[in-house]
Amino acid sequence: MFIDLVIRRVALGVAIAGLAGAAVSTQVGPSESGGVLPSRFEIAGSWNPLGTEDVQNDSVPVDYLGLAMTDEARARALSYDESQKSMLERQCQGWGAAYAVLGPFGLRISTESDATTNQVLAYTIDPWEDWNGMTIWMDGRPHPSEHALHTQAGFTTGRWEGGALAAHTTHVKAGFIRKTGVPLSDEATIDWRFFRHGDVLTVLMVARDPIYLVEPEVVSKGFRLSQAPLDYRDPCIPSFEGPEPGDPVPHYAPEQNPFVNEFVELYHLPREAVLGYRDTLYPEYRKKIKDTYVPPPPCTADCGVAGNFVRRRGP
Amino acid sequence: MKRLLVAVAAVVLIVAAGLKARPTVVGPGAPASPREADKPRPTSLQAQRQGSASAASARDAAPVDLTGYWVSYVTENWRYRMVTPAKGEYRRIPASPAALPIIAAWDPAADERAGEQCKSYGAGAIMSVPGRLHITWQDANTLRIDIDAGRQTRLVRFTASAPLSGAPPTWQGESTGRWERVPAPDTGGSLSVVTTHLRAGYLRKNGVPYSERATVSEHFDVAPLPDRGQLLLVNTTVEDPVYLNGPYIVSPHFKKESDGSKWDPTPCSSTW
Repeated sequence: MFIDLVIRRVALGVAIAGLAGAAVSTQVGPSESGGVLPSRFEIAGSWNPLGTEDVQNDSVPVDYLGLAMTDEARARALSYDESQKSMLERQCQGWGAAYAVLGPFGLRISTESDATTNQVLAYTIDPWEDWNGMTIWMDGRPHPSEHALHTQAGFTTGRWEGGALAAHTTHVKAGFIRKTGVPLSDEATIDWRFFRHGDVLTVLMVARDPIYLVEPEVVSKGFRLSQAPLDYRDPCIPSFEGPEPGDPVPHYAPEQNPFVNEFVELYHLPREAVLGYRDTLYPEYRKKIKDTYVPPPPCTADCGVAGNFVRRRGP
Repeated sequence: MKRLLVAVAAVVLIVAAGLKARPTVVGPGAPASPREADKPRPTSLQAQRQGSASAASARDAAPVDLTGYWVSYVTENWRYRMVTPAKGEYRRIPASPAALPIIAAWDPAADERAGEQCKSYGAGAIMSVPGRLHITWQDANTLRIDIDAGRQTRLVRFTASAPLSGAPPTWQGESTGRWERVPAPDTGGSLSVVTTHLRAGYLRKNGVPYSERATVSEHFDVAPLPDRGQLLLVNTTVEDPVYLNGPYIVSPHFKKESDGSKWDPTPCSSTW
């Protein structure tokens, strides 16, 4: 009787352990071998930008490198004067959703869960002083009507797919995709993929715009998990920066942008590349300019960090 | 006694179930039968759907299909990739003090004369060089990446190869691959590649160096593009105890092309 009891308990224990082991191996696998990519990963936390890639492209006023713009976009961008952002009423407008990867800051991501089911409702990327943050709804809700309000952040839904977080943004407000004034229309949509490999989070952005982009703007930016929490929540408080109330909106008339050749001259870059023509994004273009491009001379004064010798000049 | 037998049988069944549920792991050391390589193969995704629990080849076990032609889509780091930056500029690369004299002494003509014109086409930089990739399976456990820029070839082996005895390092080094699969019922995954045994090269065309002690770790991920397009994202980490203060991480991306009609092999050049 006692032996029967022992046998039954041992068998039960082994059975539970075996089933648990089978379940664990199905979900996780031998993590030390790296053979399994989790279907979902922990995305909540603070993520510092790596800073080893040049994705901002805003060191000079006319820098549209790496973009495939329409002629209309180019005309609008060249009319943009960054002094617009000094106007009291525009200082706190902030930048649109794309600025999550095009801006200089890190990401602080938190999870919002349903209090009853504990299911994830949304991931929230906290705002910065000049960015409005983003909520990625994970509960399967539909995107609103096309007539619904468009905002700087837009409306974003997400799902886990192939080991990555895939998200889709609509309802963005007309604004900019670069701080250099490259416009983005309210018909634009953005697809995101968040990949995590170890402590590195790579955010891939694919922005489409039937009005201003000939081909999608693709940016992938790396972030590393931070041990210390990031906090960028300083409020934007407008202050006097020069333009008086009632002043005209700073802008440049057609063909009057004084910075149009600045990047071209500083770095000996082809004008069509600086101005965001589609062909400049493909390897054929590199072969096309092979015999005409001359590298700029080495920097000898005021070079700044790592030989970056861009110096701003007045108009 | 009968109960004891029943209990033992239950244990055997449960252990067997556990083994069957374990996901297939393909990586260094995963057995590969030479005979299997000769058989007609289903596509990797077909093999995946069949859910074989046996030790599949890397080709059969691929959770994503990376094969085909891919073209660089240079929307980032344009100024460092499409043209040669000014001598001395190493912005965004965590160059160590030991690297600075080499950066300052960069002489592309001297490299060319010394037969070192492929220094910026090594595994530490090649995925950022604008060009096209042609990815194929050389055999069941070796992924082959041909690159038309500089006429380079990378071989990613999924089986542990014997250590080289005195073989000189090469531009593309020795690459070991491993699939990282998303467990069922989801599908998809990522290719992880680690490359060592590199010949010293440049991270950028203008002579920012990496040494023979560098290690290149990569993740190949695929994402959809509009109109059924595909984007290949290659997350690349270069670590070098000699010429880098920290990891240098970039993520060049490629668009899938329907065929090889634009494939255009060009030789290495240190001046362009």
